[in-house]
Amino acid sequence: MSDIWDGIVQAFTLIYTFDSDLIEISLRSLQVTLSALAISCMIALPLAAVLTIRRFKFRRFVIALLNALMGLPPVVVGLLVYIVLSRSGPFGVLDLLYTTTAMIIAQTIIITPLITSIAHQSLRELWSEYHDLLISMNTSHKQRVKTLLWDARRALLTASLAGFGRAIGEVGAIMIVGGNIDNATRVLTTAIALETSKGDFALALALGFVLILITIALNIGTHWLSKTESEGRW
Amino acid sequence: MFPLITENLVVKFEGKHILGPIDLKIDKGDIAVLLGPNGSGKTSLLKALHGILKPKEGTIRWSCLKTESIRKQMFVFQTPIMLRRSVFENLTYPLLLRKISKEQVNYRAARWLDRIDLRMSMQVPATRLSGGEKQKLALARALITEPEMLFLDEPCASLDGKTTYEIESLLQSCVANGTTIMMSTHDIGQAKRLAKNIYFLNKGILESIQPAKTFFIKPLSRNASKFIAGDIVE
Repeated sequence: MSDIWDGIVQAFTLIYTFDSDLIEISLRSLQVTLSALAISCMIALPLAAVLTIRRFKFRRFVIALLNALMGLPPVVVGLLVYIVLSRSGPFGVLDLLYTTTAMIIAQTIIITPLITSIAHQSLRELWSEYHDLLISMNTSHKQRVKTLLWDARRALLTASLAGFGRAIGEVGAIMIVGGNIDNATRVLTTAIALETSKGDFALALALGFVLILITIALNIGTHWLSKTESEGRW
Repeated sequence: MFPLITENLVVKFEGKHILGPIDLKIDKGDIAVLLGPNGSGKTSLLKALHGILKPKEGTIRWSCLKTESIRKQMFVFQTPIMLRRSVFENLTYPLLLRKISKEQVNYRAARWLDRIDLRMSMQVPATRLSGGEKQKLALARALITEPEMLFLDEPCASLDGKTTYEIESLLQSCVANGTTIMMSTHDIGQAKRLAKNIYFLNKGILESIQPAKTFFIKPLSRNASKFIAGDIVE
């Protein structure tokens, strides 16, 4: 119990004193996660919309595959990205292993199926509502995608936040491809793993509380900015 | 654009025969009212003519290019489909699809908001409107594009007398401005008030096409006589 209390005290001390290491690690965590999230959203949201409105041969298979990939083990993703980016791998020449770019790639692979599947579910419901209207107005596929993405933006925000939650708490893949190098690729989750293995539970817990605070603050901030639950909205 | 001519039009859904063969001709300025019992194929015929349903056999010909005819026709559904947007955004949606200038959009929107008495509610989510207001908005959204052909599927079903009167007034004024109308209804009184020609459908077959004046006095079809008398149509 004292470890938890020490953790809370140390967390507030680290935040209150603007601990430079904590700020650096936290900013790197956000940089990696938000970059991965942005790339994932750029891929996942249009893909979900296309899967909703287009009918093609392997559509059901693609949807089933994406649903299955939601549970993709991060360690396996990390291992595959490691192999691909290692010196003997096909992209070894790019020299990306043990960089934040490699961590972003791994996180993007992990969260893209998750965001696509949740977004697809929301867009499918909206499409069943809009289908006849948009067909009757002879809208192009591009116009349908734009309309669906805009009108479902709040549900898509929730999908993106689910992706953010998965990415910011991820440790297995980024540990493998990032290497947890101090001042280079160390992020909150890998730092927690390191401090726990060293037996410094208070510091590990402090970093854990900071991680939780960042996640909650970003979620609340996003909901507040998007006015999700405010009067007069859908 | 006119006349609109169909030849041997047949509609099937999942192998089941729904409609046809239908041969008809709609001239400019017509107010063609489709009458017939439930399941007679009124909605299917309207949707097929508008292009929402693909005919299994036969042809639908407009006296202009297909792209032009598509641009100049609109459809109003029995249950109004509202985008999850404000009244103003719903009203101007088809204009945005047509990339009409902002000044024109605002000018036309202001005019139509006054006509349907929704200026005070222009920023309200359209999904919050009453059934009658939604239907007026759906009609205004169709008419704001100044279509040459307007299809309406039971536009006044389950609306009160006042709203029905308002919608009929809007329809009569748009006909006066050169729009041709084809609509379905179960309301004999409405058909008497609006129709120039009556198209009587039963079991997917167009049993009679008659001017409204003669249809209600001396219908050509035995089933039409029963329908007007309020008897069960076999």
